[in-house]
Amino acid sequence: MKGTETTSVRAGYRRARGIMVSVARFLVVLVTTFLGLLAVTFFIGRVVPIDPVLAIVGDRAPSSVVERIREEMGFNLPLWQQFLIYLKQAVTGDFGISVLTTHPVIEDIGRAFPATLELATVGTLIGAGIGIPFGVIAAVWRDSIVDQIVRIIGLFGYSVPIFWLGLLSLLVFYAQLKWAAYPGRLDIAYEYTFVPITGLYLVDAAWTGQWSIFWDAWRHILLPGALLGYFSLAYISRMTRSFMLNELNQEYIIAARAKGLSEARIIWFHALRNAAVPLVTVVALSYAGLLEGSVLTETVFSWPGLGLYITNSLQNADMNAVLGGTIVIGAVFIGINLFSDLLYKTLDPRTRN
Amino acid sequence: MTAPIETARPYSRAWLLSEEPASRHQAQLGRAYVIWRRFSGNRLAIAGLVIIVALILIAAMAPLIAPHSPVIGDLAGARLRPPLTEGYVLGTDGQGRDILSRLIVGSRITLAVVALVAIIAAPVGLIVGTVSGYAGGWVDAVLMRVTDIFLAFPKLVLALAFVAALGPGIENAIIAIALTSWPPYARIARAETMTFRRSDFIAAVKLMGASPVRIVLKHVMPLCLSSLIVRVTLDMAGIILTAAGLGFLGLGAQPPMPEWGAMIADGRRFILDQWWVAAMPGFAILIVSLGFNLLGDGLRDALDPKEGGQ
Repeated sequence: MKGTETTSVRAGYRRARGIMVSVARFLVVLVTTFLGLLAVTFFIGRVVPIDPVLAIVGDRAPSSVVERIREEMGFNLPLWQQFLIYLKQAVTGDFGISVLTTHPVIEDIGRAFPATLELATVGTLIGAGIGIPFGVIAAVWRDSIVDQIVRIIGLFGYSVPIFWLGLLSLLVFYAQLKWAAYPGRLDIAYEYTFVPITGLYLVDAAWTGQWSIFWDAWRHILLPGALLGYFSLAYISRMTRSFMLNELNQEYIIAARAKGLSEARIIWFHALRNAAVPLVTVVALSYAGLLEGSVLTETVFSWPGLGLYITNSLQNADMNAVLGGTIVIGAVFIGINLFSDLLYKTLDPRTRN
Repeated sequence: MTAPIETARPYSRAWLLSEEPASRHQAQLGRAYVIWRRFSGNRLAIAGLVIIVALILIAAMAPLIAPHSPVIGDLAGARLRPPLTEGYVLGTDGQGRDILSRLIVGSRITLAVVALVAIIAAPVGLIVGTVSGYAGGWVDAVLMRVTDIFLAFPKLVLALAFVAALGPGIENAIIAIALTSWPPYARIARAETMTFRRSDFIAAVKLMGASPVRIVLKHVMPLCLSSLIVRVTLDMAGIILTAAGLGFLGLGAQPPMPEWGAMIADGRRFILDQWWVAAMPGFAILIVSLGFNLLGDGLRDALDPKEGGQ
């Protein structure tokens, strides 16, 4: 009796220690990755330009102004001290003032981010909603017509420039067929009367019951959302197919067949449930990818999100805004990456040691 | 019932497929032959190879085969001509320049971008990966952490920020893309190195007194090459798309260079009425990316048949 108690206590200790080690490891990864991101943006903003002050005030500023700014911004300090100050500012969300909009960069980002989030969410919903069933069917009926379609969608998705496909879709669905609305988030008539709450227009309009605005916002998001959705679909369907093929070759599938379960039950309950674990990671990664992919899409569709904010600032050499946007997209991207990693480890007992 | 090795005529099929090659030369040729047979059995892979070879030929002979000047157009006489008009197969752009000629000359830029990115990024990844895998311990931990950090970044956004700081231009775009594309190569080279760093032949070379540098350079790196080449080929399409994206945003090649992404941006103004100005360069990008993807898939299946078909 006593012996088993000590072993179970010992096992408890071991498990607690294991959890603490993995938490510590996760924290190290989290902190170093974010530090890395900030180090790279610091390097881009302060070290790469020949004179970062000139990049901010422009080359027409009198030398007294340049000197004052240099002193104010701490450019006379050694680099490591500058980096520490930079870290402190970045952590508190102080990315400086945008030269273009004259607002603090963080406020601009706060306004632009929901637009990007809405777009990426619609894209991921389309991608996962169509991609997963397609991938499953392609795996079950290998070399069937659906399998060929999934292969072609994937190949095309990995080869086509997204901004070009966006331009062509505007040409066809907006100019020719008139199915979609023109670029932007809302018609001009609504643009100035609609007061957003969360910044996600579809949610806001539905919440307040303004269905005409909801319909208008839907018509605007349809094209860019479908475009991002296509790229998400290409990735998700390909991965689903490969995970499902892997599961369908396992012995438990033979066992389920031997028990006489229906094929549909085996596929959609047994195999898909096991494939779901890596799939969650794939959907999360695709979501993060769409946040990045939105940079070019937003430019084509004049979608006032983070991507458009970054590219507009780029055209005007507004480095504070560019780097602020880069940090925010990078942080969300890294966050989703690490989160999906963690999720995978929690959902799949085999990865626990 | 295979013929005895002695009687197989050199360079015949039987000689190439011999189970007991008599020389290193025969073994290498035999292996190459087997890979080529697997590769050439794949029709899509051959299509990819044809596209890429055609691209290289077109780029090499660009000034000879371009019917018009890629930079100076007939501004007065031939502005925005639709495709298949006299003398202009793919039409002309807003400055009366022949789009076909611009695409032909632009193929040089595309090819230069992928080649330079590969030449910069692949060796960096190879060195980081092999050193990390062979050394192990702290070196491995630190190098892999750095690699993972770079791997976690959004590539396009980071390339954008790099180009913003360095200033627009094709050289800076190449540097920016290379800086963001080495980490997967490091991961692959490390994984390959780990599989054979404890093997007998490495131990044998060590006993013969080879230095770690020599082991990594002469014995580890060559064995990592084939999987690295496959991965680089598969990445080419992504590199082309990123470069085109930077060009589209006005951060890559500057006018009047006929870079394909910048040409799409140029045609954006005319998209509703003169669609071909933006559409044609996109087709060129699509075809070339497709070629690299098909070639990469085919190479992967030929070099590593166990992963094929998944």
